[in-house]
Amino acid sequence: MSEPVPSSLPALTMHAAADLLTRRQISSVELTTAVLDRVARVDDQVHAFITVLADRALYQAEEADRRLVQGTGGPLTGIPLALKDVLCLAGERTTAASRILEHFVPPYSATVVEKLAEAGAVFVGKTNLDEFAMGSSTEHSAFFPTRNPWDLDRVPGGSSGGSAAAVAADMALGSLGSDTGGSIRQPAALCGVVGLKPSYGRVSRYGLLAFASSLDQIGPFTKDVTDAALLLQAIAGVDPRDSTTSPVKVPDYRAALTGEIRGLRLGIPAEYFTQGMQLGMDEIVREAIRVLESRGAELVEVSLPSTKYALATYYIIAPAEASANLARYDGIKYGYSAGAPSMWENYNRSRGGGFGTEVKRRIMLGTYALSEGYADAFYRQAQKARTVIKHEFDQVFRQCDALVAPVSPIVAFRLGELLDDPYQMYLCDVCTLPANIAGITGLSVPCGMLNQLPVGLQVLAPAFAEETVLRIGHAFERSGHFRPGKPNL
Amino acid sequence: MITREDVRKVAALARLELSDGEVERMTIELGGILDHIATLSELKTDHISPTSQVLDLSNVLRDDMMCPSLPVEAVLANAPDRDDQSFRVRAVLE
Repeated sequence: MSEPVPSSLPALTMHAAADLLTRRQISSVELTTAVLDRVARVDDQVHAFITVLADRALYQAEEADRRLVQGTGGPLTGIPLALKDVLCLAGERTTAASRILEHFVPPYSATVVEKLAEAGAVFVGKTNLDEFAMGSSTEHSAFFPTRNPWDLDRVPGGSSGGSAAAVAADMALGSLGSDTGGSIRQPAALCGVVGLKPSYGRVSRYGLLAFASSLDQIGPFTKDVTDAALLLQAIAGVDPRDSTTSPVKVPDYRAALTGEIRGLRLGIPAEYFTQGMQLGMDEIVREAIRVLESRGAELVEVSLPSTKYALATYYIIAPAEASANLARYDGIKYGYSAGAPSMWENYNRSRGGGFGTEVKRRIMLGTYALSEGYADAFYRQAQKARTVIKHEFDQVFRQCDALVAPVSPIVAFRLGELLDDPYQMYLCDVCTLPANIAGITGLSVPCGMLNQLPVGLQVLAPAFAEETVLRIGHAFERSGHFRPGKPNL
Repeated sequence: MITREDVRKVAALARLELSDGEVERMTIELGGILDHIATLSELKTDHISPTSQVLDLSNVLRDDMMCPSLPVEAVLANAPDRDDQSFRVRAVLE
């Protein structure tokens, strides 16, 4: 006698779907069709996708079903996933949510995309983002803003807002995003899903449209921590095509999910609880931390005094690197070209016409910080501050195994609320960007609701200690303290 | 702390055409952001060395081997302007 098939296939976790697929209780075509139906039904409200790949997804699902019948499938075979539209998928439009790449079709796929395809995953579509991943609300998309599935008048966070909203609204079982200063963890928190930023060097960036190369990292959005472990497993490791990938061995992440956190020392960084937090946020996050204590973790008060310099450090280093990375968009090799008569005119007008306001702002900021007479005061000083911030994390991780803190000082805000004040928007990342500066790993796991909107708990651990953040996040989930519901759509 | 002329100069360095309205707005916004960022000068860094990236890796090399590169046709497919096997560009020297 077979178990009943769940009424709502798109609501499944990846691992629950994989169980049903391997036991042939459902097919990938059924699952993919159900997910595509869900997209057709709710995405005109959420606007998570720039491109839906319906035909391609069904073709991939058929392929996956053949593998599953042969018994050669794995945990991702036949699972519908979404990709942030900064990840190249050969032959499909990849836009970075920018006019300058509106019609760009990459001739190759990102390493992470190749790895998922080889594992048999199905790509539902390419998700919306703040243009070139610069932003915290997905309102800086050149095409349209994405809405938070929990409240359609509010933002999903950003920059990977489409990837977070797609998972929260059951339009994909999991997705990939990129995190340069919080662009996975913050939207995960605001949409009530799990988001993981791996350590710098853990996942190949080959085929990721670069924003800030010393900070960018690709990672998963999922419905639970087990799925995050599965998705990270599939994408982690050395890539000869990305010389910044680390040879540190990739462990079995799922094996780390023991539920056991007794004796783990969790540091509570004072500086993360004082910076303009919304009323009620502090209590929810501290209550989640007490739950971890009740499961046997030991709490330690710690201090990272240079946290107050992290925002300034980030907003020099990231724009400086962006100004160099985005120099490649010249209207010659690909992308929008203004067709001006002279070479310099054509550069100026193609870039001036192709980039949106926030991208221009960051290019200007970065060019200024690197320009003659200012490079020492800004860029050089920021690189030195980076050394100080990283050193403080090294010190603090001698006192504890992981840090626990809020992800975002505020819950999802209304569309337009922060759009006219770039600096207020930048403050959204105040608790997330130190991890990028130091290259460490961070997880966001749903831990409660504030004013009917999701709140995330951030768990930070040293570089290549993804097992630690996953174990802690999983133990929190298993405590049953908070069971995330589903948005009404 | 930042003038319209500074904004125009930086925009020229960045090869970014800005409208007069954008220059106006950028002058105010960048000025505000730079005021906040300037707090970084408080941090004492006299004997601190800069960090450009956080990995313990340097000079990552691979064997120099022949391998196929992307087909010319696939690469040129995105070119705004092309001439047979080449990207067409405006004259650099007139």
